[in-house]
Amino acid sequence: MRNVWFLTKREIAGYFSTPVAYVFLFFYLVFMGVMPFALGGFYEREMADLQPFFAFHPWLYLFLIPAVSMRLWAEERKSGTIELLMTLPVTMPQMVLGKFLAAWLFAGLALVLTFPMWITVNYLGEPDNGVILASYIGSFLLAGGYLAVGSLFSATTKNQVIAFVLTFVTGLLLVLAGTPLVLDWFTTNVPAAITDAVRSFSFLTQMNTITQGVIDVRAFTYFGSLIVACLIGCGIVLDMKKAS
Amino acid sequence: MEALLDPQRASERDATKPMIEIQNLTKDFGPLRAVDGITFSVRRGEVLGFLGPNGAGKSTTMKMLTGFLAPTSGKASIAGHDVENEAMAAKQKLGYLPEGAPAYGDMTPAAFLDFIAGIRGLGGDKKRARIEEVVRLVHLEGVLYQSIDTLSKGFKRRVGIAQAILHDPDVLVLDEPTDGLDPNQKHEVRSLIRTMAPNKAIVLSTHILEEVEAVCTRAIIIARGKLLFDGTPQELLARGPLDEVFRQITTAGRPTAS
Repeated sequence: MRNVWFLTKREIAGYFSTPVAYVFLFFYLVFMGVMPFALGGFYEREMADLQPFFAFHPWLYLFLIPAVSMRLWAEERKSGTIELLMTLPVTMPQMVLGKFLAAWLFAGLALVLTFPMWITVNYLGEPDNGVILASYIGSFLLAGGYLAVGSLFSATTKNQVIAFVLTFVTGLLLVLAGTPLVLDWFTTNVPAAITDAVRSFSFLTQMNTITQGVIDVRAFTYFGSLIVACLIGCGIVLDMKKAS
Repeated sequence: MEALLDPQRASERDATKPMIEIQNLTKDFGPLRAVDGITFSVRRGEVLGFLGPNGAGKSTTMKMLTGFLAPTSGKASIAGHDVENEAMAAKQKLGYLPEGAPAYGDMTPAAFLDFIAGIRGLGGDKKRARIEEVVRLVHLEGVLYQSIDTLSKGFKRRVGIAQAILHDPDVLVLDEPTDGLDPNQKHEVRSLIRTMAPNKAIVLSTHILEEVEAVCTRAIIIARGKLLFDGTPQELLARGPLDEVFRQITTAGRPTAS
């Protein structure tokens, strides 16, 4: 675990030693702050909750998270530091986990910095803070899911733009799987059980359940297994492509 | 540290098991055989110069020796630990300067060496003392708090050397350690290698033939993935001017007895 921590610490220091972290946090907070008011009808609903805020997370993460994850491995491969890293006494799981945790903690920091939303809604009324906490946890899990997918695609290429696009498209599929657009097609063409399976695979479905205040073992199982599967895939891809 | 140890005597003093062993190492990239059945071993006290034209398979051999690349067939071990099956134990005994001296460009040498020291299990006063010592050995004092991206090629190379020797490893593998250095810096790196030589097994690759004469106790020449010469620099010199001997060996395309 010590090695994981060294790798995580180095990665996070890397974010903050360049403008990357600040630019990201700035735009993250701008989008997170503007969306609920501009498109979410935050005031018009006349309800003291953060539903309109959290409803945008799956969509905002679509392009915000790949911006964090794209460099994780693509940059190591491009600059050749992967050779240095992999000849240090560190195991592959330690490397994959260390970098993933750095990105996840960073996404968590960005999420924590949205606390003025929470203060605002408590000032305006009496929201159910239990639901809000559950939603924050859900959003953090969601970010982890996106980041794991992003790690995997970052390992497949030396080009950060390609990593970004692949992660974006995969994320889009995972989100859209829960929209009527996709589900209607399934309902008319395949058995109901498969439609339900597709729906439950969607980030949107998972997130909707959580933002209603229902955070149960299923959400943890879903995001947990997605993260583990993607990170194992990431390790396998790295082993295959590290030298190319 | 100009009191040079006689390398010959140093290698005789320690006649224990080889620190580096490479057996029949082969690497195919698709239809291309980049390294073809190379076998050699290096003992403590030896400085092995790895020579060959560009694309001869020097870096590929080093990548397999350090466990970065898996060989198609054959074996490599460091301090008695197989680099594939006992990777962690082997890596702990190894210091490696990869080709091009890659380093995290957004870090400063101070932060970078601190990170490497942590991974190498150094901590507290021991870490501080060791980093200080290594920084002094490769002369990084002036650039410690500048980001590595902004450093000259020579400084980057020295940062790479610093991270490789930080944990005082038994085995040192240096892929072109003097590339990009000016003559004075080359001289300093060579003296550093000579100073460390008695207690380590060192492999370094180079295209500079004089370097072999200056620091190596043994030379290996490879071309097209095959080992063509294995002997002392003196044996090479005895055959005539170095560059001619080198050309003759690497273009003949068949093994030369030594």
